[in-house]
Amino acid sequence: MATTTSDFRVDPVSGLKIHRTANTLVKWNAVAAVVFLLVGGLFGLGVALTRMPSVQLLSPELFYLALTAHGLVNLVVWIIFFEMAVLYFLGAHVLGNRIATPRWAWAQFWLMLVGAALVAVAVLGGNSSVMMTSYPPLQAEPHFYLGLIIFAVGALIGCFVFLGTLVVAKREKTYQGSLPLVVFGGVTATVIAVFTLVSGAMILIPTFLWSVGLIGYIDPMMYRVIWWAFGHSSQQINVVAHISIWYLIASLVFGAKPMSEKVSRGAFLLYILFLQLGSAHHLLSDPGLTSAWKIFNTSYAIYLAVLASMIHGLTVPGSIELAQRRKGIDTGLFTWLRKAPWGNPVFSGMFLSLVGFGFIGGVTGVVMSVEQINMVIHNTMYLPGHFHGTLVVGTTMAFMAVTYWLIPVVFQRKIALAGMAKWQPYIFSLGAWVFSIALMGAGTLGVQRRHADITFAGQPLAYEYPEIAKGLMDLGEIFGVIMSVGAVMFIVVVLASIFTGERIAEDSAPWPKVEDADVVAERTGKKHVGMWGMEAPGTFVLAMILFATIVLYYFVNFKYLSTIWGLS
Amino acid sequence: MGTAYTPPVADWWREPIERTEIWWIVLAFAWCIFMFVWMIGWHFVGPQNMSNETYRTTVDVYAAKVDAMTEKYTIRTDEATGEPVVAPPPGSDVYLAAMQWQYRPILELKKGEKYRLHISSYDVGHGFSLQPENINFQVYPGYEQVTTVTPNKTGIFAIACGEYCGGAGGIGHHSMLGRIYVKE
Ligand code: HEM
Ligand SMILES: [Cu+2]
Ligand SMILES: [Cu+2]
Repeated sequence: MATTTSDFRVDPVSGLKIHRTANTLVKWNAVAAVVFLLVGGLFGLGVALTRMPSVQLLSPELFYLALTAHGLVNLVVWIIFFEMAVLYFLGAHVLGNRIATPRWAWAQFWLMLVGAALVAVAVLGGNSSVMMTSYPPLQAEPHFYLGLIIFAVGALIGCFVFLGTLVVAKREKTYQGSLPLVVFGGVTATVIAVFTLVSGAMILIPTFLWSVGLIGYIDPMMYRVIWWAFGHSSQQINVVAHISIWYLIASLVFGAKPMSEKVSRGAFLLYILFLQLGSAHHLLSDPGLTSAWKIFNTSYAIYLAVLASMIHGLTVPGSIELAQRRKGIDTGLFTWLRKAPWGNPVFSGMFLSLVGFGFIGGVTGVVMSVEQINMVIHNTMYLPGHFHGTLVVGTTMAFMAVTYWLIPVVFQRKIALAGMAKWQPYIFSLGAWVFSIALMGAGTLGVQRRHADITFAGQPLAYEYPEIAKGLMDLGEIFGVIMSVGAVMFIVVVLASIFTGERIAEDSAPWPKVEDADVVAERTGKKHVGMWGMEAPGTFVLAMILFATIVLYYFVNFKYLSTIWGLS
Repeated sequence: MGTAYTPPVADWWREPIERTEIWWIVLAFAWCIFMFVWMIGWHFVGPQNMSNETYRTTVDVYAAKVDAMTEKYTIRTDEATGEPVVAPPPGSDVYLAAMQWQYRPILELKKGEKYRLHISSYDVGHGFSLQPENINFQVYPGYEQVTTVTPNKTGIFAIACGEYCGGAGGIGHHSMLGRIYVKE
């Protein structure tokens, strides 16, 4: 397909050469994502207000319906639509490239939309409240599974469009040498996504056939093993996507360069090689699987994926520290951090995502995936606490942060309501952090997840949770409401900006660009930075705090484990 | 000249790795190895481990075992429900059934004694969640898991359901309970 110059524009904000068709696709996927975040967030609010012992808003029927909808809409629809926008942006915008096969890309968009609509019809109909995991023998209506399959096919097409776009870039020589790191991250995400979506198809197609009566029996154990190959790996797509966004924002805001391309790329490679096996950590408390199988898959393999995350957790802030020091902020341990632009939501959102993901999602994730520890948290409120610490505190916050940068570039509008945008990351993160931690506390005290009535009202075999557990649920859900307020602020800023924000004319003067830190260093002759023989000592100290937290938390949990009933 | 969104220098794989990163990688990797070894080690020295003993079964076969045990070892009726309380002797096989929406029978065990606790489901997937100990396993129909348990405290323990298993109104997953009494 021949392209003419008018198929492209040079963006005054970022300096990127932007393919108009690719840009339209990024826009539609991003808008769909944000609208679904709103829908999912509202269901989340309903769920949160029901889990608050002092409110208990929804009836059990509505609660299970809302929870099914909330899990699917936020985890699947919001995140994957946004990831499609990110992939097209990486393949086309970042490489100054055109998108391959725009028609297929539109097929991706519409299939995902139709799939999501089918699932919505099934769930809202009330006969498919089976939770997003839909474990048989619980059965949803056939169009529930069909919608998910169509959605997954759409996403799979999106992955191939991205890969095709990279082939075009290579062939048309829109870049020289190796792919930029963030695009390499996109490739990593795509490889994992293909594995994920194929696993999803492998389990959902038979389940669909079972729901229409063509297959007689789905083994519940086998279902869980394959379902989690899909369910877990999909989470790793999110992690890879938000880590790529961290790297991108570090470069955009600070002119930072990865500390070492070799280390960062190697860490991405570890994800590709080891992470799928990690899905076994969802099955640690399942019967019928041996400990040897569980330990091999979760530790030999997952710990290398854990290693990869720990590496990125250091290299991203490390690259920021290095950039700041090269630009002259080279005193003390944390001056570089104090002097960062905390009023810029692109940065504050990204850094809150980084720290929160490491300390809340990361620390707990490492500890709960120990085979024995899993027995004392499995399927309690600890789980929603943990994964809001990864998905909301980490992924969603990072996606929001990069959106503040994407709006001027992609939508050619300035951010409207800048004051609200400035506060949004703080309010959303405050809500999400406390929500996650409080829920984990309640889970440690045994409160069940996916449970409509914490009081077991009317049951002859009564059980009452400790008062403190109920208090933690109240506290957590209050902060859940704050998190919802933060999400709504984000959506308001996005919609206000793209509909009413001041237009940025295509031919307006280029916006000032952040200088690359190493160019500055060369000009000013700043060769050696840092202290103690380390270029990023402040980051190292932060990493040591994280490390100490993990070790401490690990042994606290073993201590607790050692006091319960003997089990063997 | 060098960001995360521009291509790296041509020979990026030859650039040396800086000390901050090397130390961190070494430390993090050492911790990964430690966790691997400790998880295996706990199987040998730790008293709390997941059981590896599971059998395939069917609802009828399993229900027959539950009923036989109930018949043999019922010691009294429970005050709250009027249902039998079953107290199998220490060391014996104890059969617990998950069903929509309860765990039955009600059991009575002795502190400090070992029991072979069998668990299976009569219908959909459930979760065994012993409170307030907070011990949690998945339970499936068709699978019979056997865990050797040693209660180390006396008291009244509840079994809540840890996996969503349907239901609506006042009864369902959220009302599912069972009970274990542990006596001296
Ligand atoms: C915006 C504010 C949000 C609130 C107030 C909220 C609240 C909650 C609550 C209270 C639960 C229920 C826990 C239970 O009873 O089992 C839950 C579950 C869940 N949430 Fe959120 N959440 C929010 C945002 C998100 C986002 C952004 C995501 C994903 C990116 C997400 C993903 C999930 C998932 C996957 C579940 C589990 C559903 C299931 O058990 O099937 N949530 N949320
Ligand atoms: Cu149940
Ligand atoms: Cu249940």
